[in-house]
Amino acid sequence: MTTADELVTRTAGLLAAHDPATTDPLEFLRARFDAGLAWVHFPPGLGGLGAPRALQAVVDAELAAAGAPDNDPRRIGIGLGMAAPTILRYGTEEQKRRFLRPLWTGEEVWCQLFSEPGAGSDLAALATRAVRDGDGPDAGWTVDGQKVWTSSAHLARWAILLARTDPDVPKHQGISYFVCDMTDPGVDVRPLRQLTGEAEFNEVFLTGVRIPDAHRLGAVGEGWQIAQTTLNNERVAIGGQRTPREGGLIGILAETWRRHPELRTHELHQRLLQGWTDAEVLRLMGERLRQQLAVGQPGPEGAAAKLAFARLAQELTGLEVELLAEDGLGYGDWTMSRPELVDFTGRDAGYRYLRAKGNSIEGGSSEILRNIIAERVLGLPAEPRSDKDVPWKESAR
Amino acid sequence: MTELDLLYSEVEEDLRSAVRAVLADRCPPQAVLARCEGQEPQDAGLWRTLARELGVVALQVPEALGGAGASLRETAVVLEELGRTCAPVPFLGSAVLATTVLLAAGDRAAGEWPALCAGDRTATLAVTLSTAPDAAFPLGVRADAAGALTGAVGSVADVPAAGLLIVPADGPDGPGLYAVDAADVTVTARGSLDLTRPLADLRLEAAPGRLLVGPDQAEAVLWEALLTGAGLLASEQLGLAEWCLATTVAYLRERRQFGRVVGSFQALKHRLADLWLDVAGARAAARAAADALATGSADAAVLVAVAASHCGAVAVRAAEEAVQLHGGIGMTWEHPVHLYLKRAKADQLALGTPGRHRASLATLAALPVPGQLPRLPHV
Ligand SMILES: Cc1cc2nc3c(=O)[nH]c(=O)nc-3n(C[C@H](O)[C@H](O)[C@H](O)COP(=O)(O)OP(=O)(O)OC[C@H]3O[C@@H](n4cnc5c(N)ncnc54)[C@H](O)[C@@H]3O)c2cc1C
Repeated sequence: MTTADELVTRTAGLLAAHDPATTDPLEFLRARFDAGLAWVHFPPGLGGLGAPRALQAVVDAELAAAGAPDNDPRRIGIGLGMAAPTILRYGTEEQKRRFLRPLWTGEEVWCQLFSEPGAGSDLAALATRAVRDGDGPDAGWTVDGQKVWTSSAHLARWAILLARTDPDVPKHQGISYFVCDMTDPGVDVRPLRQLTGEAEFNEVFLTGVRIPDAHRLGAVGEGWQIAQTTLNNERVAIGGQRTPREGGLIGILAETWRRHPELRTHELHQRLLQGWTDAEVLRLMGERLRQQLAVGQPGPEGAAAKLAFARLAQELTGLEVELLAEDGLGYGDWTMSRPELVDFTGRDAGYRYLRAKGNSIEGGSSEILRNIIAERVLGLPAEPRSDKDVPWKESAR
Repeated sequence: MTELDLLYSEVEEDLRSAVRAVLADRCPPQAVLARCEGQEPQDAGLWRTLARELGVVALQVPEALGGAGASLRETAVVLEELGRTCAPVPFLGSAVLATTVLLAAGDRAAGEWPALCAGDRTATLAVTLSTAPDAAFPLGVRADAAGALTGAVGSVADVPAAGLLIVPADGPDGPGLYAVDAADVTVTARGSLDLTRPLADLRLEAAPGRLLVGPDQAEAVLWEALLTGAGLLASEQLGLAEWCLATTVAYLRERRQFGRVVGSFQALKHRLADLWLDVAGARAAARAAADALATGSADAAVLVAVAASHCGAVAVRAAEEAVQLHGGIGMTWEHPVHLYLKRAKADQLALGTPGRHRASLATLAALPVPGQLPRLPHV
């Protein structure tokens, strides 16, 4: 097994061969991927070394100290956090080789075509159809439907897509998982403006979109199980970020508190201390989760991390606006734009407050996560479900 | 303590219906949304209608001065309806804050009433919107012996393009409240979290001012105006919370997921029942504050602190729940619920946060703050 020392040596080798000061950033990232230092827990040849996930921090620290460029995870969160672990687990060798490298380097942005107007919390009810067009070796799929709330679709080269391939079986069984080419002429991306003023997400209309069978991930009809991998990883990606003490939103709040004695009150102080404690507990929970996982896939525990993250983010950002008093009444800029990044800590307090509202909706709402904890972790009986065993096309939606 | 009247009279209900009908017609959510990004974020036409057809911009002003001769209870009812629609009109600044000062100014304000009551002019109180009633008298503006005012005030709500500003200033003999023509002041619009209540920064450079309230009364009158504002803002917060609750209930009765109406899930029913309970509390508290202010009750300061503390939090909670329970659509610009979230959050800061109002109860309700915190033994 790879040790921390070996990784330090290997990283030094990469830096020696590709001096960050003189190497093109993309070239550097490609070389880093090829050296197995992209995500060390991935297999050799796919950007990793099969090393324990926890050792990534060793590599990251060495590279940061050397001033090496990174792949700006805020631009490619969906690729890194959701598409990659799913492709790694369910993709063919060819798919892994084709997609993972440019995904990691950020050359190709990914988006997630899951939610539909009629299928949000009840994702398995989705109505986008994929129909097989022929039986020969060149046969593929034709996809028609509408997706919604698709973050970064305006930047994406590829999408992970759920579509219904068999309407005659119960809803969870007739779904397949595809990689969709966002440059296909049948893909129409229209901006959807958010309450922040920005259009971070989109509506995506799919009309006669052609997907080769080689871009199907996993078996036909297995889409729902595969999607669980994506969703569990999404929740860890949103809620389980590794942060130092006072990282993220609590850090911003603590800095404001320290810099502005004139804003302090006893009441706000108590709430700040509560928030600080909650942030530290969440951080420790995340650390513990990572130690439990070591390698392997997150289970429903990821739901807990995301649930706690959303609650904390909303508490802290609401408090920050209150603390700022006069400045909390302001807002920088409502102009409609299509951002390049998803950044929960960006811009001003008003933006952070509004954006944090999405944290308890995106990636499975907090209500759905509570159901998951209640049913899958605590083993409480599920709600009676009338639609589980009837063919999708006959189910009431 | 005199008995509070916490109900709505028939006259008040009639007033509500009349205001509601006009707002339903003139102020639908899509129109409010479209306006907030336009050149004229406030609706001057609607203001004239409120003044001339409904006569609701000077309700508590005596008839002899051109007002309706009603009371702050009726003013509060109008605020409930304005909150329910996030109406972009300068009611808080003009019909509540400035009007309170002008009424206290007596004869010195006499000339202002005709234009204000007719809706031809609006006024505002030139204080930073987040100022709490018990805050120190603001000293950002100085007045010289000739009544020329110089200084700055940030984040003032409802500043009229051409109208009346009531500016607290430090004069030669002490604090005073001055009437200043908005045209004589540099007004710079400022990005506001609340899209429907624009804010502006004011710069005064030897702007001509007329003393309305002199040093003997200025602090008391400013306190009264801010207290009245905070107390009546609770009614706006109530209307806002009621809209959020009603709109969310209606949505969850329609929206289907998992083959059933989402509102049929008990977890959500309990959430909405809790919210209903909070709103019922807000109604009682807001009514109590309005009644106590209307009758000049000695208990008004306590009841305003209670209402501001409770209603400020309930409005935010109602709006946050509304966004959450609408799911993705609640995060969009197109759905009006964000207007309410932004208004609710800004209202929570306006005229003192809930925490600030609770802190005032330390004195008002004789609940002293604790002493010094214990030191750690090894420090
Ligand atoms: C900022 C943002 C970014 C997003 N990005 C993407 C993306 O990139 N790709 C993508 O595919 N999707 C994305 N989404 C969509 C997101 O996954 C859905 O919005 C979410 O799953 C909720 O679905 P819905 O909006 O249809 O709400 P609904 O499912 O209609 O839910 C409405 C409300 O009812 C509650 N509810 C529903 N069912 C139950 C139940 N059984 N018990 C209790 N409460 C319940 C919900 O929690 C919610 O509060 C994004 C959403 C947001 C806000």
